[in-house]
Formats: sequence, structure tokens, C-alpha cells
Amino acid sequence: MAESRRIKHRKTVSYAKWAYIFIIPFFISYIIFTLVPQLLTIYNSFFENYMNGLQQIGPNFVGLANYKALLSPGQSGTIDLLKYFGNTMALWILGAVPQFLIALMLAVIFTSARLNIKGQGLAKAIIYMPNLIMASAFSMLIFALFSKVGPINKYLVASGIIEQSFDFLTVKVSVRSLIALLNFLMWFGNTTIVLMAGIMGIDQSLFESAEIDGSNSIQVFFDITLPLLMPIMSYALITSLIGGIQMFDVPQVLTNGRGTPNLTSTTVIMMLNNFLSGSKNYGRAGAVSVLLFIVTGILSTIVYRMLAKQYKD
Amino acid sequence: MTIANSSRSRKAKVQLFILRVLAYLFIGILVAMCLFFFIMLLLMSSKSNSQLQGAFSLKWGGHFLENLHNAWNDASTNIPRGMVNSFIVAMSSALITTYFSALTAYGIHVYEFRFKRAIFTFIMAIMMIPSQVSAVGFIQLAYKFGLTNKLWLLILPGMAAPVVFFYMKQYLESVLPLEMVEAARIDGSSEFRIFNEVVLPIMKPAVAVQMIFSFVSSWNNYFMPSLLLTKPEKRTVPIMIAMLRSADYSKFDMGKVFMFILLAILPVMLVYAVLSKSIIKGVTSGSVKG
Repeated sequence: MAESRRIKHRKTVSYAKWAYIFIIPFFISYIIFTLVPQLLTIYNSFFENYMNGLQQIGPNFVGLANYKALLSPGQSGTIDLLKYFGNTMALWILGAVPQFLIALMLAVIFTSARLNIKGQGLAKAIIYMPNLIMASAFSMLIFALFSKVGPINKYLVASGIIEQSFDFLTVKVSVRSLIALLNFLMWFGNTTIVLMAGIMGIDQSLFESAEIDGSNSIQVFFDITLPLLMPIMSYALITSLIGGIQMFDVPQVLTNGRGTPNLTSTTVIMMLNNFLSGSKNYGRAGAVSVLLFIVTGILSTIVYRMLAKQYKD
Repeated sequence: MTIANSSRSRKAKVQLFILRVLAYLFIGILVAMCLFFFIMLLLMSSKSNSQLQGAFSLKWGGHFLENLHNAWNDASTNIPRGMVNSFIVAMSSALITTYFSALTAYGIHVYEFRFKRAIFTFIMAIMMIPSQVSAVGFIQLAYKFGLTNKLWLLILPGMAAPVVFFYMKQYLESVLPLEMVEAARIDGSSEFRIFNEVVLPIMKPAVAVQMIFSFVSSWNNYFMPSLLLTKPEKRTVPIMIAMLRSADYSKFDMGKVFMFILLAILPVMLVYAVLSKSIIKGVTSGSVKG
């Protein structure tokens, strides 16, 4: 307030006061609902604090014990957190590779003046549609269709493609493929639209001069389109990666929270969810969140630098 | 010479034709994939449980209205209640998020004040932090203060939405002439009235697009609500859908399950059917600037 008064003396009429009034709700809400919980999450990660049945344990300060427990091997000899992180990355890559390849091809096709594709509006509207479908409902649909007694199995058996119904949800490859398929379907349309905007933002005269030079479409793609698309491509990739690390709804609903088979489709956020929903283990959950935050930050930086360096010249 | 030229151009024409056919085929396959699941959902929700247990068929089942009736009146799931809850949360979030993001963007865009740059940079920085980082503390506080099962707890955090703020800021930069604000001031309007009656109408396209996006993301949100809403009468639709997954399928009416899924996605699909053009435009403009 003192600030605005000072400015008021300098100018004839100052409206600076209004700026603070207009932005204050944003900051109050941010502090209460985001900043304080974030700091509390970090604080929690240094405490033992959970429910053992109906009995509350802690909070007791335990230093880095939560981190140590998360990063040391459990009874089975594997480090659960790393296993789940590996699952999460595998699931993301499995969906993101086709997502970006196909989106790139579609974006080039849609923007090609030579191909001059008709009915683009409708096609784009349809391929973007899965992005708006509730992930949990879409997963439930895939489950109902692909379950052992579901219509897909019935069709495959009736048409003689397989002899007896196949339980898609008990085999690692098929569960992961279904999750990847869902993520692919939900996101390739979005990526296509983003990349199209990127291609259309490229200076058209570059394409024209390449044509005069006699470059063919493949040369144009690798020499002009792809390098100039890299900034927006890396942006889309990083966003997708950050989203992928937070993968939850699809594997949670598809496997009923169990990450079948043998926890090979359990993601990091599913682990976080288990800590929060069952034993209210705020200490462990806090440590998972902090690690997640660090990894997200590092990965974004790496991917961004990698792509930037590769296409600098 | 001319013969060689014309044969070359004919060859190029054939090549282009083949490329075009391949391109349409490629698009066609992907479009079909996207429609496949939606059509299967519609088809399956028309079948009775015994039709679904029986042999596979692509015929319309004819039990669509019966399934709709059964699903709507299912007391244990109570989908109408869930849809009302979801609608309250999604609609209020959409209104609050867009209004306060626009207000914040306007405050930073129009006025000159000391911390302008610092505040803008700060909002850009917090945009990168994934929401799950605050989840643990948020849940803990909610339980501590007895605020679980309060729908407003899922709505109010929407007041601070950095991504929406950024979109609004970009939009204001491209459309709002500052002379307009000056003119309104000369007319004697208060700053609040200028925002509500002059600026907000100009921002209508941006507000509409962001309202749809925040409505959809709130309607589809599962993680936080599932941890906060424990009472059956407070559940939102995604929680109800996820709960269907743990049902015993030997006893469950599958026709009803498909109908629940259809009801869960229908509101968003209907909005999309009407507004798909502006939604896709919103994706494009958001991405180019972001």
C-alpha cells in the first residue's frame, strides 16, 4: 500500500493500487492451496507420520529415513520406487513413440499444399476427440471390451483367430500395450494440432525457395520442416514427458489399482496414491513427491538441452 | 523434348495421385481407430446383459433405453447424484478459473507498478511445478481441518491457474488497446467496472475456450477427488466409474456398465460436437504461444 502511495505522488493519477487489488486473489489462493501444501509436503518427507490400523504413529522427525527406505531394496530384493519409475517410463515411451511419429506424419500431410487434403476440419475434430474423454471412463471401456468375457475376446474366438479367450489383463505385454494404446489414442490428435501450428508458423518462402532449388519432399522435410519444428517439438515432448511421469488414471482403473501382473504396470503416482489412501503415510508420500519433483525438473532440462544442441546448426 | 516433358509430368501426376491415396488411407485408418471405441461403446450400451454374455454380434441390441433406465436408477452407484456433483465442481471451477485468471492477467497487463516483472516471472516459474507435489500437503490439511467431502475445496484452488493466466495475458496483449481503458476512465467508470464491462466482453473468445478446457479437465479429474470425497453422496463421476472396475462381473449387468461409461463422457462429447472448431483453435493458439 505504501508503495502505491509513493507512486501516486510522482504521477498525477496512479492506478497501481488496482493492480495489487486485481492480482491479490490469485496469490492468496496460490499460497493457501498450492504453496503451503507444497512446503508441507517437503516438511512431511522428513517425518515418520502414518496410521497403523487406527493408531497414529508420529509425527516424529526421522531425517532422511523416508528417502532411504524408498531407495533401498525391499523384501523382494528390488527397489519398488525404481521399479515403478521404470514402469512409468516404459508405459510413456510405448505410447509416446507412435504418438509423436504419427502426429508428425499427420501434421506434414495436413499442411502439405501439394497433397491438398480435403475434409481436414472433420478429421482433426475426430482425432482430437479422445483427448477430451474422461481417462477413467476410457480405461473402463477398454477393460470392458478386452476383459476375458468381453466382446473383443468373443469376436476373436468366434472368428477363429484364437482358440480360447485370452486374458489381456494378466499378461505384461498386453496390459502395457493396452495402456500405451489408450495414451496414444488420447494424445496423438493433440500433438498433431500442436505440430501443425508449428509447421504453419514456418516462413513459407523457405519452402518456395527449396522447391525452386529442386529439393524433393523428403529433403524439404529433413532440411527445413524438422529443424525448424524442433523448438515446438521439444516443447511438446517435454510436456508429454511431464504428463507421462504423472500417469495415473489409466493404469489405476485398467488394473483396478493392482498394477497387474506382478506390479509391472504400477506407476509412481499409483504408489503415491497407495500411501495416501490407505495408511495416510504422509512421510513416505512426501518423499515420493519430492523425488518426483526433482526427477521432473532434471528430465525436462535434459530433453530440452539435447534437442536444442542437436539442431543448433 | 516435349514428349519427354509430358511423360515426366504424367509420371509426377501418377506419383501425386498415389501419394494422395496413401495419405487419405492413413488419415482414414486413424480416424476409424478413434471412432471405433466410441461406436463400440454406443453399440454395447444397446445390449442387454444376456446379449452381452452370449455370442458376439455387431447388431444393435435394442435395449438402449432399458439400460439407460437401469443405469440412471441404480441406487448403489447413484449416477445422477455423481453427475450433479461433477457439474457443480466443473462449472464453478471453470467460472472461477477463467474469471480470476483474466483479472490477474489484466492487473499485470494494464497497470504499471513496481513488482510487475517480478510477479510475472514468478507466475511463469510456478507453471512448471507438477500439481502432485502439493497433493500430499493438501490432503493432509484437508483431513486435519475436517474439509474432506467439501466440494468447494476442489473449486477454490482454481483461482490460481498459471497456465490459464498465461493464455489470458497473451490474449490481452494481442487484442486490448490501452486507449480503450483510458477512454472508459474519462467516462468516469471505476476500474472494476472497466474490467467487467469493457475488458471482459473483449476477452470473450479466450474466456470461452479456457472455460471449456477447465470444465473438461475438472469433469474428468480423478486423482484428487478420489482422495478427498469419501462419502457416497459426494462422489463425482470419475470416482463412480473407477468403482465399477472392482465389481464382481459374474453378477454385474454389463449393459449397465457400458451405459455408465456413456453417461460419464456424454456431456463433454455434446459440448464438443457443438464447439469443436473453437476448441481446436484454442489448442492451436495455446501451443504456439506456449
